[in-house]
Amino acid sequence: MADLEDRQVVDPGIDESIAGLTPDRIERTINRVLTEETGARLQAYLQTCVHCGLCAEACQSYISRDKDPDYAPVAKVKDTLWEMVKRKGKVDGEFLHNAARIAYIDCGACRRCSMYCPFGIDISYMIMTVRRILNLLGVVPQYLQDTTNSHAATMNQMWVQQDDWIDTLMWQEEDARSELAGARIPLDREGAEIMYSVIGPEPKILAQLIANMAIIFKVAGADWTMPSTDGWDNSNMAMYSGDFETMGRVERLHWERASELRVKRVVMGECGHAYRGAVYDGPRWLGWTKPPIPMVHAVEYYYELISSGRIRIARKIEEPVTVQDPCNIVRGRGLHDKLRYVVNAICADFRDMDPRYEHNYCCQAGGGLINCGPPWKRSRMKSNRVKADQIRDTGAHTVITPCHNCHSGIEDIIGFYKLGCHVSFISELLVKTIEMPDA
Amino acid sequence: MVDCGSWDWTIGKRAISDLGRVHDEYDEVHEWAASPDGERVAAPVLAAPDTFAIVVNQERWDGEFEKAWHLAFTPDGRLTALVRIDDEWTLAVDGEPWDERWEFAWNPIFNRDGSVIALQIKDNMEYSVAVNGVPWQRRFHSSRGLAVSRDAGRVAAVVQVNPLAEADTVGFFEGTWSLAVDDVPWDATFINAYGPTVSDDGAAVAAEVRLGICEYTLAENAIPWEQRYGCVWEPSYRNGSGRLVAPVRIGGSWTLAENGVPIWGGRFMQLWNQRLSSDGRRIAAVAAAGFGRWTVVVDDRPWRTSFDDLVRPPVFSPDGARVAAGVRRGGRWSFAVDDRVWPETFDMVWDPVFSPGGGTVAAKIERDGKYAVAIDGRPWSPWYDQLWDPTYSPDGTRMLIRGVEGGRFVRHVVGVADRFQA
Ligand code: SF4
Ligand code: SF4
Repeated sequence: MADLEDRQVVDPGIDESIAGLTPDRIERTINRVLTEETGARLQAYLQTCVHCGLCAEACQSYISRDKDPDYAPVAKVKDTLWEMVKRKGKVDGEFLHNAARIAYIDCGACRRCSMYCPFGIDISYMIMTVRRILNLLGVVPQYLQDTTNSHAATMNQMWVQQDDWIDTLMWQEEDARSELAGARIPLDREGAEIMYSVIGPEPKILAQLIANMAIIFKVAGADWTMPSTDGWDNSNMAMYSGDFETMGRVERLHWERASELRVKRVVMGECGHAYRGAVYDGPRWLGWTKPPIPMVHAVEYYYELISSGRIRIARKIEEPVTVQDPCNIVRGRGLHDKLRYVVNAICADFRDMDPRYEHNYCCQAGGGLINCGPPWKRSRMKSNRVKADQIRDTGAHTVITPCHNCHSGIEDIIGFYKLGCHVSFISELLVKTIEMPDA
Repeated sequence: MVDCGSWDWTIGKRAISDLGRVHDEYDEVHEWAASPDGERVAAPVLAAPDTFAIVVNQERWDGEFEKAWHLAFTPDGRLTALVRIDDEWTLAVDGEPWDERWEFAWNPIFNRDGSVIALQIKDNMEYSVAVNGVPWQRRFHSSRGLAVSRDAGRVAAVVQVNPLAEADTVGFFEGTWSLAVDDVPWDATFINAYGPTVSDDGAAVAAEVRLGICEYTLAENAIPWEQRYGCVWEPSYRNGSGRLVAPVRIGGSWTLAENGVPIWGGRFMQLWNQRLSSDGRRIAAVAAAGFGRWTVVVDDRPWRTSFDDLVRPPVFSPDGARVAAGVRRGGRWSFAVDDRVWPETFDMVWDPVFSPGGGTVAAKIERDGKYAVAIDGRPWSPWYDQLWDPTYSPDGTRMLIRGVEGGRFVRHVVGVADRFQA
């Protein structure tokens, strides 16, 4: 039985929306998605699963919750999508309430379990199908829906107004110049080699990360630009709420902006889900098999700069550090070795997590979970016990998190489990360690 | 449309400005902008710490600014720049800042002859639009997206007309967005509104609107089409008939609809960036025939060639007979013209330009960090350090090249039929 406290969480985005649904609308919506938006892939997964339960041990929420069978990946599908299929869409409000909690909160769509399934069944795909149905019914956790609404209205995740975006870039340029003479954030420079894109929270609450990149680009002698208009945000919580139309609109704009600026590639900041949205889910929804213009994650870019000698490390961080492997760039893209190359280049005492690389546990903040907001924080923390243990065991003082969701999620874990360490993006360490031109 | 008939079309090269000297004189020189006729080249420069000036052909505008950026020439050749003075923003036109200043100003756009300049403004945390320096009376909670009619100078903006509290997801779906046209908001509100467009004569204004979680349509002069779609993209007006066309998604596939009715039989995985011939009779759009099979569809007939990476918005020849587009395949850029792909590939391409008679196609290209003009598939000009789009003379016999060579900005008029004399 799922955690009683979790079942009692009040979320108007779920509770009030369900209250307004009719049985007919529920049935029609479920069957519409099942017939028009899914196909052989879903059928193959549903028919292939032998209910062996081998995926259970892979899931951090299952392990963290004392192996409660309700948190096993296969159970999460069985209690949601399988029932919807079996009952041909004839499910009630109580069922949807449970399904929403499972799909949005208990599963972070991290895909760890599919590595352990003997058939490679992608549980995350099925959970995303549940989210799609719930989205079309309007049953989405309120905070996640608000983030999606922001994407729809402003083309960014944090309701950033167009003038605030430009103003923030100018202000960050001034900050960067105070650290390094001549540093710039060139806006709309057509024909630059690189368009740098970030996620919505950066201009809103972590603007110094943009100044950090201006310094890194300047030291590297990069030919880069940022768009002054919508399309600058590479993040996409609409992908996780199930509003794929908004997801597509956001991704289209991002890629159109890059195309209009005639850049050779897009370098993106330290974010994992944004990589998934911009490289995989978004392009496919729009008709591409891959991003139309190459996209390089910050970790890959730092690796390129350090390994080629375009930036040099003048001093190393001495305190012990560990690193979180963000699911979407490690399981999703295989950047674990480059990540460790960068971390070892800038840190003297790197202590790896166990398990690591693509086997590392998810922070259980990605997949839209952290955007479900305060009502669900405690639930999220309960599913994070194994992550807390893992971090504690490294003895690290700093957890390097090259992903915004990992960063915020692990910050919460550190506070909740009183781990006594802190989190850092790579760029924050890089600007402390790189050799500045006039040094 | 730039009226280039009055430009100097004398064959020959003139050095307009020694950019190297400007770079020597100032610690920082930002992005250069060239006038359409190639007679001027301008950039913001750092005149003193935290003080910017605009340099035009080595001469400085009189004023200095706390910030200056977004240099753009109007179609009638005036130089505009967004400038900050005493912590307020405005637009400077040929060195003269507008009288009115605001907390913020951005996104200047021009009508066809440059007689109308509209930009978005913010004051006292409210949003609006200024046209030729005069702000609208009405203020809004937000404003995103601006359009101006090409001929009549009518201005439309996507505006948020109702307030929305933080995390008010219910209020959001009641609709807070609308359009405002020449200072007057539409009566209707929508969940979202995107892609405003104004007919050339200013008689009609349209936008994509969202009516439900997954329910979209087009609205024209505040009235939504009766049909509802799973998604829509930005609309365009057809010259001549004045009808509105837009890509719409029906079921799982896309087609083109006109005034609410599909006019193409073709169904595509994706369809966008429709462009119309100047008489409005022909329509070309970018489509995906399947995953990673991007092409151009002209009047409902897809090209046979397809491209895995990207197809840029198509361009019609002036007579509407031919269509060209920049394309990217296997990571290399090229051009496709009337379903034929130019064999040479480049590191980057800019949008093609047809000669007035439509017989030749020219475009700016880049290879190894140098730029040239290609004509009909082959690099034709010398390679420059920097280059702007080429322009044909009205009779199509000559071409104006605006480029930077040896640190100097040059304007070079060349006979198109001649071998290029560098
Ligand atoms: S959270 Fe990850 S491991 Fe657990 S069920 Fe979801 S995708 Fe599988
Ligand atoms: S491991 Fe695979 S087959 Fe076994 S229960 Fe999990 S999803 Fe089903």
